[in-house]
Amino acid sequence: MLELKHVDTYYGNIQALRDVSLTVNDGEIVTLIGANGAGKSTTLMTICGINKARNGEIFWDGQPIHTLPPNTIVRLGISQVPEGRLIFPDLSVQENLDLGAFLRNDQAGIKQDVDYAFSLFPILAERRKQLGGTLSGGEQQMLAICRALMARPKLLLLDEPSLGLAPIIIRQIFDIIRKVNADGMTVFLVEQNANQALRIAHRGYVMETGSISMADQASVLLASPQIRAAYLGG
Amino acid sequence: MDFQYFLELFFGGLTRGSIYALIALGYTLVYGIIELINFAHGEVYMIGAFTALIVAGLLGFTGFPAAGILVVAALAAVIWCAAYGYTLEKVAYKPLRGAPRLSPLISAIGMSIFLQNYVLLSQTSDFVPFPRLLPEFDFLEYIGYIMGPSDFLILVTSTCTMVALTCFIRYTKMGKAMRATAQNRKMAMLLGIDADRIISLTFIVGSALAAIGGVLIASHMGQVNFNIGFLAGMKAFTAAVLGGIGSLPGAMLGGMVLGLCESFTTGYISGNYEDVLAFGILIVILIFRPDGILGKAKVQKV
Repeated sequence: MLELKHVDTYYGNIQALRDVSLTVNDGEIVTLIGANGAGKSTTLMTICGINKARNGEIFWDGQPIHTLPPNTIVRLGISQVPEGRLIFPDLSVQENLDLGAFLRNDQAGIKQDVDYAFSLFPILAERRKQLGGTLSGGEQQMLAICRALMARPKLLLLDEPSLGLAPIIIRQIFDIIRKVNADGMTVFLVEQNANQALRIAHRGYVMETGSISMADQASVLLASPQIRAAYLGG
Repeated sequence: MDFQYFLELFFGGLTRGSIYALIALGYTLVYGIIELINFAHGEVYMIGAFTALIVAGLLGFTGFPAAGILVVAALAAVIWCAAYGYTLEKVAYKPLRGAPRLSPLISAIGMSIFLQNYVLLSQTSDFVPFPRLLPEFDFLEYIGYIMGPSDFLILVTSTCTMVALTCFIRYTKMGKAMRATAQNRKMAMLLGIDADRIISLTFIVGSALAAIGGVLIASHMGQVNFNIGFLAGMKAFTAAVLGGIGSLPGAMLGGMVLGLCESFTTGYISGNYEDVLAFGILIVILIFRPDGILGKAKVQKV
């Protein structure tokens, strides 16, 4: 279980997160929706230890992680697929996947997971030797998700996986998110595409200018007139 | 213009070029990871030459065979310089991580001046003779002495070093992590790669390469001095820019091209214009193709 308690994060003097508290229980898909610049990505980067929380605490399975360096947090089972995918453009698809398993040493298991990744997205198997930068946006997103899965995380953080992709690809990616969750992985999904996100999530949080403004069951949020007006186009 | 003379110049150029390439690799590795021109890199090379000189001098009393002394001295230089590179980064650059780009650059120049003067004070300002430790390679006679034993040794050693480096970067886990960190440090950290360790490793590897270059050049020239690092460093920097800074094959190619150009200019025109040519190339490259021969044009984000 991931727990954020009264987290404040700053960029220099500018406060990006204000008193953010949220919980992601084991086995859930929880979504964080909000407008551009609301602080959603900052929330993920704070969980991963890239940005440090100035105040507040973050617990993972009861253990405080807000003081730990990013590599330790990955080791504890939290992986992120960041906004913009951040594929290594000059590394091959295979090498991108290998690096996802950077902290692992079980060669047999790694090979098995590469095969699993290729079974999720067969197109990646065809592109195996191609450089990451030559893939299309959708393929890069698939690769980014598989790269994160290579660490065998318990909690997968996804930052706007649908951004800039064609509807058919978005559907494919959301299907995979649902599938890995059904296989036991906890998912924390940040999205601007509130409609799609709330449809696959169990619970949702709404973020506005760095604070959590609403929290409820996903179905309740989806039906809420306030949310419909603000995020679902009326 | 006889062919023999041409071949001598050609191999002389390759020898020179492979030393430039070894040093240039250190510039380019560091630049690739933290976008810093490590101006103290030439000094690490000079310290490598001095370390080898001191160790070889000490071992000279033991009656070891000459070739054995050279190997031990080279190993000592590699280890000592790696330690220098590691410390240099921790002392002069790490505290400035996140500072404006000019600050670490000035810190680098400061470190360069400091190291030169430290060696000047602790050793001497004179040229110090480097012992002759090279074995004679008899077979060179059969190819008509187009290169001397030291040229041969430099070519073989630097080629092996560069092949080893390429394999390390391309196939090992740490090599992949280095490339990943160079391409996107934040993403590398999100995968659990300890960026600080990778940066340290980069300095260690770059400094070890410079040490090898230093030992080779010292045994080639037969003398060392506290400021040999300055000119060699500038030339290697030129080579790195020529090939495309940040690119490993670029540094190797740039070193070779620069070495050959210098050698042919010296041989066919005049030895007086050697440095003019090198820095002339630097200026022309910076004006017309700042990304170098193999470098990729970077799209500046606005």
